[in-house]
Amino acid sequence: MAEKKLLLWLSQLACNANAHSLLNHPSLEEFQKSFDWLYHPLLPSLSSLDEILDNYEEMECDILLIDGALCAGLSKKGVRMRDMLEHFAKSCSHILTVGTCATYGGIFSAGGEDRSGLHFDGEKRLDGFSDFFEKSISLPGCPVHPEIVVSVITALAQGGSLPLDSYRRPKEYYGYTVHDGCSRNEYFEYKIDRHDFGHLEGCMFYEHGCRGTYSAGSCNMILWNGVSSKTRVGEPCHGCTEADFPTRGLWRTEKHMGIPARLPLGVSKRAYLSLAGVAKAFRIDRFHRRILEDEE
Amino acid sequence: MEEKRDRKIQIVVGALKLFAEKGYYRSTIPDIAGSLGMSSGNLYNYFHSKEELAQEAIRYISSYLAIRIREVNESKKSSREKIEDIVRIYFETARDEPQMIDFFLRVYLSNREVFSDGCEGMVCVNEFITEIMIFFEEGVANEELRNQDFFTAFGLFMGYLGGMVFLYGERMLPKALESYIEDISENIYRALGV
Ligand code: SF4
Ligand code: SF4
Repeated sequence: MAEKKLLLWLSQLACNANAHSLLNHPSLEEFQKSFDWLYHPLLPSLSSLDEILDNYEEMECDILLIDGALCAGLSKKGVRMRDMLEHFAKSCSHILTVGTCATYGGIFSAGGEDRSGLHFDGEKRLDGFSDFFEKSISLPGCPVHPEIVVSVITALAQGGSLPLDSYRRPKEYYGYTVHDGCSRNEYFEYKIDRHDFGHLEGCMFYEHGCRGTYSAGSCNMILWNGVSSKTRVGEPCHGCTEADFPTRGLWRTEKHMGIPARLPLGVSKRAYLSLAGVAKAFRIDRFHRRILEDEE
Repeated sequence: MEEKRDRKIQIVVGALKLFAEKGYYRSTIPDIAGSLGMSSGNLYNYFHSKEELAQEAIRYISSYLAIRIREVNESKKSSREKIEDIVRIYFETARDEPQMIDFFLRVYLSNREVFSDGCEGMVCVNEFITEIMIFFEEGVANEELRNQDFFTAFGLFMGYLGGMVFLYGERMLPKALESYIEDISENIYRALGV
């Protein structure tokens, strides 16, 4: 068997949700047998964080996973996190920014000017680590879906190539929108505005702030814990994989004279409104009845 | 195909003129055919009923206005200037093609039963409504118009214009319709502006 690849998980300003999310992968044990962690905050590792902080200059890894927002002045035990990142980034073959904070700054970057993702500050491209841009892959999400982390690491270890978008997100997972596969699609198609929290029916695009039609992600195709997704259970997608996350007013659709201010990805206003006008003209009774209601 | 389409439009245009003169309910298919110099049998090759013709007529009018408002929407003008352009389009249509606005106000809005099967909701005036929506949406996005429900804004804008054109049609306006454009545009802007 080929030598096991060595993984290193380095947390910056992080809440650890990405690390926890990984624990939910149904085949984590199998995954663990195929890789070694030089360090992971929650999983059995070859070294402790102390050992890494003391001796990192003599260490290397194959795949570097960065979690959390980068913060200019952040240091641990007197070691500047930035120096340590740069050291491992030079020798590793791939860098994964795990989660939205490491990718674009996310929620943590709202707390200070000196915080950002590895290559992006929101939508803005940064120069600081640009030497490593080509070996970086972005896996945003708040948290990132564990299946994406495990599959991407496995693909990289096997030498597979991953087509990426302009934020360096693998298209296989981020080339879709969260809307793809949502169980509420029919309500969207026929423009049934009505949605009540806690119910199976209705689409949250019109009133309740769903960002699924313009947020990259496969939440409705690779279900969470293999069971469900936010939108399927009746919680709007907050667009946690996107550079502008977190926005404000997450449960409310911003509208201009009744027209949603943001439209499905790439769809022009004229195209959207023409189709919506046609769909709205018809009343389809099925969509106005509760799915679980008794038939007459 | 193209030829049939052109012919259908000719019939619609002719029928609209007749409706304006005689009234929609008093105009029969033989009257319409006669006014176009064609036989009723031939007209039935294009439209199976007067309702079908009426529905095509309202789509034609909606599209006529939409094409012109779309040009306004695609211009770089302010919402204030766009309001004036739209008012002008509406009034010029009422002056030059009175049968169109007449049909819209007197037939389409007043006889919904003619349109219930085939023109559900606003589907036959969709092109026109879409352009008005785009105008409103952009006005709010550019912070020129006050954000509100679509129909409160639409009713104010179109109800006002419809009312003026109605008065014009009844010959109750002392001055030429165009002479009201500036003041009416200003009123609409003051009502809808931020
Ligand atoms: S709830 Fe959101 S993801 Fe689901 S159909 Fe509506 S817009 Fe799409
Ligand atoms: S549904 Fe939207 S907010 Fe929720 S995890 Fe997926 S991308 Fe993030």
